[in-house]
Amino acid sequence: MDLKDLYQEIILDHGKNPRNLGKFDNYNKDAKGNNPLCGDNVHVYLRLNENKKVEDIAFEGHGCAISMASASIMTDMVRGKEEKEVKEIISDFLGMIKEKDSLENNILKDDEKTKLMSLSGVKQYPMRVKCATLSWHTLTSALDNSDQIVKTEE
Amino acid sequence: MNIDDIKKEFPIFDDKIQNNDLVYLDSANSSQKPRIVVDRIYDFYTKEFSNIGRSVHYLAVAATNLYEQTRVSVQKYINAKDKDEIVFTKGATEAINLVANTFGQKYLSEGDEVLLTELEHHSNYVPWHFLRNAKNIKIEFAEINDDGEVTLEAIEKKITNKTKIISVSHLSNVTGAILPIKEIVQLAHSKNIPVLIDGCQGAPHLKLDMQDIDCDFYAISGHKMYGPTGIGVLYAKKKWLEDLPPYQGGGGMINEVKKEGITYGELPNKFEAGTMATAQVIAFNESIKFMEKIGIQNIEKHEKELLDYGLEKLRKNNSVNIIGNPKEKGGVISFTIEGVHPHDIATILDEDGVAIRAGHHCCQILHDKLNLPATARASFGVYNTKDDIDKLDEAINKCKKIFNL
Repeated sequence: MDLKDLYQEIILDHGKNPRNLGKFDNYNKDAKGNNPLCGDNVHVYLRLNENKKVEDIAFEGHGCAISMASASIMTDMVRGKEEKEVKEIISDFLGMIKEKDSLENNILKDDEKTKLMSLSGVKQYPMRVKCATLSWHTLTSALDNSDQIVKTEE
Repeated sequence: MNIDDIKKEFPIFDDKIQNNDLVYLDSANSSQKPRIVVDRIYDFYTKEFSNIGRSVHYLAVAATNLYEQTRVSVQKYINAKDKDEIVFTKGATEAINLVANTFGQKYLSEGDEVLLTELEHHSNYVPWHFLRNAKNIKIEFAEINDDGEVTLEAIEKKITNKTKIISVSHLSNVTGAILPIKEIVQLAHSKNIPVLIDGCQGAPHLKLDMQDIDCDFYAISGHKMYGPTGIGVLYAKKKWLEDLPPYQGGGGMINEVKKEGITYGELPNKFEAGTMATAQVIAFNESIKFMEKIGIQNIEKHEKELLDYGLEKLRKNNSVNIIGNPKEKGGVISFTIEGVHPHDIATILDEDGVAIRAGHHCCQILHDKLNLPATARASFGVYNTKDDIDKLDEAINKCKKIFNL
């Protein structure tokens, strides 16, 4: 295990200064997620336009550097993408965090994939995987209009 | 007492954990186990095992005697008047649930109030919350002050003529505050209100004398007292155990079972339904002996020294914010570092073998009050040394370095 794999500069940067933090007025989908283990929580807001494209996305919440960075990078990455693409990215990311060595989607550019791969260090820290995946599960829930609050225990 | 010798009695410290010497600072969560406790479980299962209570063969009688010996040891250890005032449970959580459930059934009705405090562990809130739903009772919380203490005055302020029971912690698992439980009991009794003490953090660290404290109920967790998991104790005054209905039904707790009706067993069997955690209860006797051999006064003194040393060291460490400043405080230091989330602190410390806990420590009400989602917590046991605290301090510095603080 190496802490440098977990706390890469990009994670520390996004963790300290999360992008897209806050809430905007005309969102039409949102969902809440929390981690009962630690009390961390996230609320994802997004606006899907008539072409099912993510016009805007933001999140509120608090948590560790990993969860903040993950939400920050995620929101950056899915803005402007179509719902179908977003779902593919989510599934690819979750697969990578759980088992795969790399990302397989053809939607993200190489530099975006590199950015996302910076979160792969959590694989070595099973207790911290939930920190990285909470906002992604919450985004799925928002897209699916689920009223259920996402819990990392599930 | 020689801590190095005491530490040698704990096998967990024999080997490296992830290539590090273990610095175990999570005893408020659960303590490590001395060899005699672990061996006792092995010996019981390999040489002496039988179920207790019913059969008349040699092993059954011997096991029953061993089981009952622990009851007497606990009785003496906490200075209860009668051995029948000791009920074994699966933990302190079950002990509190037992009281909330049976006392609630018999004595609580709509509009009645249960008085807790803001620093209670979830296990001393959720069981009462069940009654809020089932019986429409009210739950009141005595407030903590700025030092993270609950004073006698804070309790008094929330007592009304509807207060039917008071249930409070002996020692906070977050701020370390030791509550004035004897005074709380006196005050409550002057108003005819019974008192339950959640002794999870009290029993492993403080001298206990049930007859002196005079509380009605006291809940104990075995695994925080160098004992096995799966074992706890409910101390209750005999009059309550006789008066309250049984908690769980099953074998062992009955007197006579007929199609027309059932009569319940004598104390303490009335509250011990089904096959209990026999091996753990028997091994728990060794935990009590272990603590008696060192002496609770010596444990208290040692942990106080560690606490003073730790507080001084961490206060000097710039940007560490210590949660609460109670005058009477047990061996718990909860803290935050400006700019680093407690989970990140815990992961970074773990890399150097420093095991702490991060999160809300099952005290969300308290963390809401403090306006903190989570804190990091270092808590002490008898095996900790000043060297452990130095390593904690070094690891905190490493943490600050990683986060460029």
